[in-house]
Amino acid sequence: MSENKEIEIMQSVYDKNDEVAAQINRDLSKKGIYAINVMGAPGAGKTTSLINIIKRLDQITPYVIEGDIEADFDTKTLQGLGVKAIQINTGGACHLDSPLIGNAVEELQLNNGVLFIENIGNLVCPAEFMIGEHAKMLISTVTEGSDKPYKYPLAFEKADLIVLNKCDLLPYIDFDEEFFMKGVRALNKTAPVIKVSGKTEEGFDEVALWIKGKIN
Amino acid sequence: MHEYPITQRIIEIAQEYAVKNNADEVKVINLIVGDYSGYVASSIELYFDIIAEGSRCEKAKLNIERVIPKLKCNSCGEYFERKPYSFECPSCHGEGSPTQIGQEFYIRSIEV
Repeated sequence: MSENKEIEIMQSVYDKNDEVAAQINRDLSKKGIYAINVMGAPGAGKTTSLINIIKRLDQITPYVIEGDIEADFDTKTLQGLGVKAIQINTGGACHLDSPLIGNAVEELQLNNGVLFIENIGNLVCPAEFMIGEHAKMLISTVTEGSDKPYKYPLAFEKADLIVLNKCDLLPYIDFDEEFFMKGVRALNKTAPVIKVSGKTEEGFDEVALWIKGKIN
Repeated sequence: MHEYPITQRIIEIAQEYAVKNNADEVKVINLIVGDYSGYVASSIELYFDIIAEGSRCEKAKLNIERVIPKLKCNSCGEYFERKPYSFECPSCHGEGSPTQIGQEFYIRSIEV
């Protein structure tokens, strides 16, 4: 093998996705859109949280891109509430990537407001791919357990806002909040952690306030 | 399954450089894959032969160097591998913060 000639490349294999993501991000900014990549496990309450947030956005126009492997229940629910939402079905793929978002963004005809991109329910790869967002919002839940930052560090590391959902269930389960927060803070010093309940709607005023603060 | 498109991209990039350097055949692709990159080395290998067929990379050996993620201690600055359920520094028992080590995913070089 010694006669091999080595050609240095040092090129990221993510380059195409990241290029498209950066372009989408610029296009969205030009249209006055603040985009939030919404991540969380299946059943964390991503769509319910979005509904609770959208109700509190006042004059700000919400748009939603729903990512699911199959089906469009969530999109129908949002559309039923008058929200401009479209569905992306990945047909098996575990995360959304930039080219998929690029097409959806064109179709939505966005103009001033906030775009929520609800990623596939998965705590692993959605954290790894930029899709043109300005911020990542992670929805974690007390029912998933307090060890999640230790098991899925990247999702907690990359989040700009962490919403801890289902807090109305705290009296009934063994959720070690101190252990959870210790893990979160080891990975992420700055993201606010807001405790909410999709059921009682507690805490969502604060989440909406955080988003409004980013837009104004 | 998300290794399929990324394996295609690896071959595309290698091919591009082979053409640029007038090489008919890529013999080795040296790939750096961090454990937190989200890609599994064995899955990339699995798809590689299928996708490389008919390209200049058809006979290439995929040489994957894995990178184990490391934290950096906030107190003493040491880089260390974390233990499950812990971010504690093995030297001074301070707390570690995430670094870019382990998130790499790039083609270092090709051999032709």
